[in-house]
Amino acid sequence: MTQDRILLAHGSGGQLSHELVERLFLKYFDNPILARLDDAAVVGVSGFWFQVPGSSSLKPETSNPKLAFTTDSYVVNPIFFPGGDIGKLAICGTVNDLAMSGARPLYLSAAFIIEEGLSLDDLERIVVSMRQAADEAGVEIITGDTKVVSKGSADGLFINTTGVGIVPERIEISGSNARPGDKVIVSGTIGDHGVAIMGQREGLEFSAPLRSDCAPLNRLVAAMLEASKQIHCLRDPTRGGLATTLSELAAQSGVGILIYEDRIPIHDAVRGACEMLGLDPLHVANEGKLVAVVDEADAEKVLACMRGHLYGTEAAIIGEVRVEHPGRVVMRTPLGTSRLVDMLVGDLLPRIC
Amino acid sequence: MKHLDEYRDSGLAKGLVGSIHRYRGRPLRFMEFCGGHTVAILKYGIRQLISPTVEMLSGPGCPVCVTANADLDKAIALAHLPNVILTTFGDMMKVPGSRSSLQQARAEGADVRIMYSTLDALQVARNNPERPVIFLGVGFETTAPTIAASILQAEAQGIDNYFVFVLHKLTPPVMVALLALGEVKFDGIVGPGHVSTIIGSRAWESLPRDHHMPCVISGFEPLDILQCIAMLVAQVERREARVEIAYRRSVRPEGNRTALALMERVFESCDANWRGMGVVPNSGLKLRPAYGRFDAERVFAVEPGPTEEPKGCACGEILRGIEIPPECPLFGKACTPAHPVGPCMVSAEGACAAHYRYGKL
Amino acid sequence: MCLAIPALIKSIEGATARAEIGGVERTVSLMLTPEARVGDYVLIHTGFAINVIDEEEALETLDLFEEIEAAYQKELAEAEGGLDEAP
Repeated sequence: MTQDRILLAHGSGGQLSHELVERLFLKYFDNPILARLDDAAVVGVSGFWFQVPGSSSLKPETSNPKLAFTTDSYVVNPIFFPGGDIGKLAICGTVNDLAMSGARPLYLSAAFIIEEGLSLDDLERIVVSMRQAADEAGVEIITGDTKVVSKGSADGLFINTTGVGIVPERIEISGSNARPGDKVIVSGTIGDHGVAIMGQREGLEFSAPLRSDCAPLNRLVAAMLEASKQIHCLRDPTRGGLATTLSELAAQSGVGILIYEDRIPIHDAVRGACEMLGLDPLHVANEGKLVAVVDEADAEKVLACMRGHLYGTEAAIIGEVRVEHPGRVVMRTPLGTSRLVDMLVGDLLPRIC
Repeated sequence: MKHLDEYRDSGLAKGLVGSIHRYRGRPLRFMEFCGGHTVAILKYGIRQLISPTVEMLSGPGCPVCVTANADLDKAIALAHLPNVILTTFGDMMKVPGSRSSLQQARAEGADVRIMYSTLDALQVARNNPERPVIFLGVGFETTAPTIAASILQAEAQGIDNYFVFVLHKLTPPVMVALLALGEVKFDGIVGPGHVSTIIGSRAWESLPRDHHMPCVISGFEPLDILQCIAMLVAQVERREARVEIAYRRSVRPEGNRTALALMERVFESCDANWRGMGVVPNSGLKLRPAYGRFDAERVFAVEPGPTEEPKGCACGEILRGIEIPPECPLFGKACTPAHPVGPCMVSAEGACAAHYRYGKL
Repeated sequence: MCLAIPALIKSIEGATARAEIGGVERTVSLMLTPEARVGDYVLIHTGFAINVIDEEEALETLDLFEEIEAAYQKELAEAEGGLDEAP
């Protein structure tokens, strides 16, 4: 059966999404920067002076920095959820994509596609939320666009954000830099965001309210980069979850990754919700977490640095990079046996079997 | 999480594994009937623990995998009927029929909605009184009572736009049919724990009685499965064949009488078409005449077109235990979870999907 | 098959109950288990409780696992002890 239409699964961040990018977009937009498929595009520029958000004077960037540039669209439904809203998600998501390439995020654009009938109060709540997130991250929204589409065409609101940042010359972070011996660190509990959203849709209630972990991670990353020059990869496990992100890193770097099931931090409520809905927490989206692949010698130092930061208090070393099974991720179960970890294939669906 | 974590305690696994490996005879083969067991066994690496003393074989216990193409084509055709809302469990969305799938149908404009529970489908019917809401009733005896309950609720609340396309199947008849085929030899059966919670362990008596086949009913956590396998090994060692319950906290000899009564009230048995096995007598359920007005097949006429079976797909042989997934020529090449040819690769608990995802180490 | 997970009944209203696992609550139907009471653990499948879990049997099963494990560890220790004593 050939697929001649776009399916929801093509947007879920898993294998079908990857195939669409490779077989269609890369085919026609083909260029070496895009082909790296990192979270942000990093291009060389010769030394320049730039204006820092909130100031009107110019600051020189030493030697030859690189420009980081990224874009993302946000279509989450519902637009308000425990722990955030589509606006906060939009700012944090783009700030984080820049941070994952080692960039200091500077400026964002925000384009709104608004469904006819959206309440002005709701829109204002979202815009205020975006301002708060931008302030926390230290970025400014300096250009934007607004369109309105007829009822039924936009699920309330869609937002596209584009962001630019500066990567200092000495920083070289990419999904293809993982090396055997490196340690894999996760910044905190996984599955919070996806479960907060799906839980709302499926009528689950949490006795201790489960909130999305949506947060800007650029200051955490800056602290980590100060602490160590041996951070090889950074990525935020958004749609597709931790399993998909680790699979991508393993494939991009041509290495194997081994993780230990009992070292992965997960809230009890996320475990319970995943059991109830038949979901694998490794495939559930996160919006305020990052994965770092760090040289073995610096791993403990980076971990300590993360644990001292607001968004890294539950950080943990969950595994290591190895030569065996290149391109694949393996998980050691508490029983001491091993199994493969696969990237999410289609949609994350609740199941009965 | 109580009644879950305790049965995943690795500290208690060694003893159970040790008792399995005390067996000194030839390597044993057990069939895990149920797809949920296939997944649990692979997810926890149980094969590694019990090998080489015991080898596991997957059976036809995946209700998604055994849904015939003709039936799925009909479901897709129902989804395309104007004004219909087709509600289904998530498991069925990606299964390929002869030419399409429910996921594809939704992309083409059909109103297909995923439900966690039949009661959610009833709510959709209440919210959309002008539109027929059809529920795709797939599943074995664990799920059939919940569909029966939804029909009785619809009746009690006067909901007249709720219908069910009944495709429920019964498990003991297909197990008996499989043994009667005699195509594959094995030494014991890991019995389905949640099906048996409903139908009771007595429902499996004919396996030891007529086929000298040991059957131990198992839960789904790693310690449960190891205990079940240890009990099967013990039966083989004593040359016994009995039905035993390893999952004692959930399974009783008589099952769940309330659930069985609800099923009896709403359904009667009929012949059913199983992918890979063909028609198995008295292995399916259909609505009794008194509930005919809820029967989607009776109420809606559809022309699903000719049935086509995917070429080269070995789902049938895999469901009967004759082949293991890596032996199918399409496995991992033309047939992967992203681009499945047959349902065994699509279903979350299909043998092929489980092998592809967890097994290739 | 059939995903069914154990949850605690927190409250009952008619034929529906609030069931909780790991701090997550959902409304479930008791149409298949009218005998369920607050404080019982039930197996939940697609929004229905399909069985009340027998706590006594559960404890017996866990006790059995512990016995088997203890016996196995003893055997191992004896085997090793035997090796130590070999001339």
